[in-house]
Amino acid sequence: MLKINNLHAGIEDKEILRGINLEVKPGEVHAIMGPNGSGKSTLSSVIAGNETYEVNDGDIDFQNESILELAPDERAHKGIFMSFQYPVEIPGVSTTNFIKTAINAKRKAQGLDDLPAKDMLKMIREKSELLEMDRKFLSRSLNEGFSGGEKKRNEIFQMAMLEPKLAILDETDSGLDIDALKIVANGVNKLKSQDNAVIVITHYQRLLDYIVPDFVHVLHNGKIVKSGGKELAHELEDKGYDWLK
Amino acid sequence: MDLKEKLVTSFMAFENKGNIDLDSKIHEIRTEAIEQFEKAGFPNRKNEEWKYTSLNSLVKNDYSVFPKGDATVEFKEVKHYFLHEIESYKIVFIDGVYSSFLSDTTHEGADICILSSALKQPKYKMIVDHYFGKISSKNDSLTSLNTAFSKEGVFVNIPKNVVLPKPIQILHFSTGNEKEIMLQPRNLIVVGENSHVQIYERHQSLSDNTVLTNAVTEVFAHKRAIADIYKIQNDRKTSSIIDNVYVQQKDSSIVSVNTFSFGGNITRNNLEFHQEGEHITSNLNGITVIGAKQHVDNHTLVHHKQENCESHEMYKGIYDDSATGVFNGKVIVDKLAQKTNAYQQNDNILIGDKASINAKPQLEIFADDVKCSHGCTIGQLDNSALFYLQSRGIPQKEAKALMLFAFCNDVVEKIKIPGLKPRINKILAEKLDVELGMDL
Repeated sequence: MLKINNLHAGIEDKEILRGINLEVKPGEVHAIMGPNGSGKSTLSSVIAGNETYEVNDGDIDFQNESILELAPDERAHKGIFMSFQYPVEIPGVSTTNFIKTAINAKRKAQGLDDLPAKDMLKMIREKSELLEMDRKFLSRSLNEGFSGGEKKRNEIFQMAMLEPKLAILDETDSGLDIDALKIVANGVNKLKSQDNAVIVITHYQRLLDYIVPDFVHVLHNGKIVKSGGKELAHELEDKGYDWLK
Repeated sequence: MDLKEKLVTSFMAFENKGNIDLDSKIHEIRTEAIEQFEKAGFPNRKNEEWKYTSLNSLVKNDYSVFPKGDATVEFKEVKHYFLHEIESYKIVFIDGVYSSFLSDTTHEGADICILSSALKQPKYKMIVDHYFGKISSKNDSLTSLNTAFSKEGVFVNIPKNVVLPKPIQILHFSTGNEKEIMLQPRNLIVVGENSHVQIYERHQSLSDNTVLTNAVTEVFAHKRAIADIYKIQNDRKTSSIIDNVYVQQKDSSIVSVNTFSFGGNITRNNLEFHQEGEHITSNLNGITVIGAKQHVDNHTLVHHKQENCESHEMYKGIYDDSATGVFNGKVIVDKLAQKTNAYQQNDNILIGDKASINAKPQLEIFADDVKCSHGCTIGQLDNSALFYLQSRGIPQKEAKALMLFAFCNDVVEKIKIPGLKPRINKILAEKLDVELGMDL
């Protein structure tokens, strides 16, 4: 599904990613761990198409097509979703209206008509129940005045609505208490299928107790320095990152 | 002959035409005003208040200054400029002349009619003598010019304890009957104790002929009166307006003036609030969204004179292409005006590489126990927010528009006339060139 080949990327002259290779197949969960500044968030931003970063070498294929030339919205239309570490507040636009706009933009790109209001409402009801969200919360301005936990739950709600093929969760556990973490993880697990894939980016092993990865990769200094199964996450929790440097 | 000379020499003919009683107070006021205008002339950029707005390109035209009044307009041609979904009083002018056909006035419970009849009829003499020209500036040459030619406009007189059941719509249309026309509407609005009024005002040209409007409105709000005034400026590139509004408030009154400037050619708004009492609230809100070579200048003044009063000012601006904006917000707090709470915020986003804004907050505070805050920002769209929206599948253009909507939202939210909020959102979407497919 996703193939990253010798990816070099950075900001201006500063190289942050120095040759990343990664393959993610449908049905898999990959965790990318690493200390602060190792390039984790840069990697997720580059996959999602953030134009702040420049790709200097290598390629990213999604479903056997290079996506490097595509704008972030075009990547989203192909089925890539990124949950943000710091979701943006949009005053005056309710979460419901926002998600409607996003879904219909995707449908338009696929040559489909707008989703009928009835179907949209039904879907919103189902997905918000899945994440145990208060409905009132959906009519509030997007992320405005939301707590850290509410913002993250809202991210996963949007993911549930957009039904991506590849979901990248960037530090979704930061700022979550244990109850919120369980709800979010539970939502992600319910959305998991044989046809989609998840990349979990995290500093700590904690989230991986709930979203269990098939593969764990350690990123250091812009390169994947070690890959393994879920037991690698526990090893990192015990030993820290220093032994890998 | 230049425009100033033309206007000064036209004055006599204007007065004669109106069959004016030469002993009347109004004649005296007009004569004084034309003298003041003759002395001062049109303002130029050497004047500090006009440093960033030049009228040179406007005063070189050969305007016709006496409306002929022979043009007609069908309602269906102009329906969409009205808030036609709601019940309202309507006062409509075509090329400066009152159109009874398109209007819907009243004298039941309140007078909602036209100034020319108020000036003529003896029963209004007391009110006119008491209020007319009392707060409009005598040192502003354009206001003086309007005063000299004041004859037609809106007259609203609401007695005590009347809550108007529906808003008043004031529309000025220019048909293009004249190649270049200068209009000088004059409005007098008196809101009695405990009375409430909502007003919607729009100036609209129906052709690409040149229009220059120099309007003056005086608003008097008595004790506990509430007045909400909304102005939509969304005219053609050949129309310019200088809109002078003077508000005087008494104890515990609340007056809000909301200015939505989507531009024309040159737009200049002079808005003054004079607080003559305690526990007064003055609200000044504005949104400016312009592009091309449009120019919008918002000059505001709030004068706090007594204790325990508030003012809340919030102006937002979005400037594309080579558009230019000016915000000059002056707040004066007199020595007597203790416990004043004055808030001012002016936020601007520059989209066009050649767009610019000159922003100038001016606070003159002579009291020592007050809460005054002001803030001014000039920036660009936040790229990380843009990326967030795009990553959800929203194309860049729509994503930018959504952010600009969000930027304007806290001003749009303050709109109280039903039907006006969706109207403003619709114009915003047109200006930002998007179909959002959502009801915001």
